[in-house]
Amino acid sequence: MKVLVAVKRVIDYNVKIRVKADHSDVDLTNVKMAMNPFCEIAVEEAVRLKEKGVATEVVAVTVGPKAAQEQLRTALALGADRAIHIETDERVESLAVAKLLAKVVDEEQPGLVILGKQAIDTDNNQTGQMLAALTNLPQGTFASEVAVDGDKVNVTREIDGGLQTVALTLPAIVTTDLRLNEPRYAKLPDIMKAKKKPLDVKTPADYGVEVASKVTLLKVESPAERKGGIKVASVDELIDKLKNEAKVL
Amino acid sequence: MSILVLADLHEGQLAGATAHVVAAAQAIGGDIDVLVAGEGVQAAADAAAKLDGVSKVRVADNAAYAHQLAEPMGALLVELAGDYTHVLASASTTGKNVLPRLAALKDVSQLSDVIGVESADTFLRPIYAGNAIATVKSDDALKVITIRTTGFDAVGTSGSATTEAVDFVADNAQSSFVKQELAQSDRPELGGAKVVISGGRGMGNGENFKLLDGIADKLGAAIGASRAAVDAGFVPNDMQVGQTGKIVAPELYIAVGISGAIQHLAGMKDSKVIVAINKDEEAPIFQVADYGLVGDLFEILPELESKL
Repeated sequence: MKVLVAVKRVIDYNVKIRVKADHSDVDLTNVKMAMNPFCEIAVEEAVRLKEKGVATEVVAVTVGPKAAQEQLRTALALGADRAIHIETDERVESLAVAKLLAKVVDEEQPGLVILGKQAIDTDNNQTGQMLAALTNLPQGTFASEVAVDGDKVNVTREIDGGLQTVALTLPAIVTTDLRLNEPRYAKLPDIMKAKKKPLDVKTPADYGVEVASKVTLLKVESPAERKGGIKVASVDELIDKLKNEAKVL
Repeated sequence: MSILVLADLHEGQLAGATAHVVAAAQAIGGDIDVLVAGEGVQAAADAAAKLDGVSKVRVADNAAYAHQLAEPMGALLVELAGDYTHVLASASTTGKNVLPRLAALKDVSQLSDVIGVESADTFLRPIYAGNAIATVKSDDALKVITIRTTGFDAVGTSGSATTEAVDFVADNAQSSFVKQELAQSDRPELGGAKVVISGGRGMGNGENFKLLDGIADKLGAAIGASRAAVDAGFVPNDMQVGQTGKIVAPELYIAVGISGAIQHLAGMKDSKVIVAINKDEEAPIFQVADYGLVGDLFEILPELESKL
């Protein structure tokens, strides 16, 4: 079974973001970029499926600017066999990404597609579900466990208040939640080897997909800063303040 | 404008989130219908009919919608969406699971986690884990939106909407429900609680979380945790408050032994009053806390419990 795994280049999760002075967007100039953490978990899961003999080939795909090839090379270093880069400098919304991925699914015919549940930049949490709808495949979102069993996959999902397990026919779309696995680090020899692995470059036009969206980003602002309050000296003072000043008790 | 709100269910009953989503629909303006879909959901439909501002409750009561699986729910929404300009759901794990399918099948974008309504086509939503707020305008014919419930005060329950059965039954041979394990608790649900008390890595171990129980009982509070406490294995993930867990905005939030990583603040900084209890007076949590108490939580918690 072939596994397709989608990755996204985003701001490194350790970086504190700044809003541009003109409020047009977040400032990404000279900011450290990395693979979206949920996508790392997706790559790890795909590679583990290959190591278990369930997957025969792992194909990584990304949609993004030229520099996004760094994240594909990371995926290859972590164990993906080959990569597809759909290159565009446009701001691509989840729907357009899903349409492009649907074309790749059509071409590659994977048994399983694994994506991160959301990217930590736009926080949309949409692409996997949209891909499932467009390809008419079942979905197992926010997965904390993925168990392939013959022509089915059991996905345990992190839902509000607990866990839910669903059985899906294959092929299927899975999106990862945090506890699915702990991604490994790429080893230096694997990073060297990854440079020689095949990486196809395409454009949205090659797939006949229009990436323009009807959603316009009007402005981006910093959230209202919360001001620190006071320190209280004792439990008694705390209870007094909560009762008589904040009036929440 | 005509708006369809997908009701959230919790174990077959109407979840509190729906009253917040109806409030968001009121901010958009127009006729508001609520869709209650599931199996054996008459009680939830009756509860939805009492929400202020709702004209009609559409009830899809069928085994096909049991457990609100994404595939049949998406098909149902596609079937009904033609009657509406907006389809809203809460940004719960159900709303997030189902709504993007509707958007994709109607070839429109989705706006996720909306926290404010500027007009019928312009909305506020947090990006970068709430470290920036984007104002976005949608020119799509159908607006598909998930609502972060903490952004809107719940509507009241003195309404009297009509109810109407939906006959459409979605086929689904692709997915099936296997099992569900929900944490059993007499405490309020984390997302809807008026008071939340959360423990962090400073609690030391899972056993020590019992120190929060007595206080939570006295305050009618839900108990949460930081990601650090979850990662350390003290408590299960469904207790996590933060960017990667639940987003809460209670009247009172008490952070115990939590340093205040950005990831945690993203989940609770909209709380009305924040109390921090931490032995490290330099902890970043004090920068957002209204009332900080520096000291040993193992002494403070029993004292607090006895004096409340």
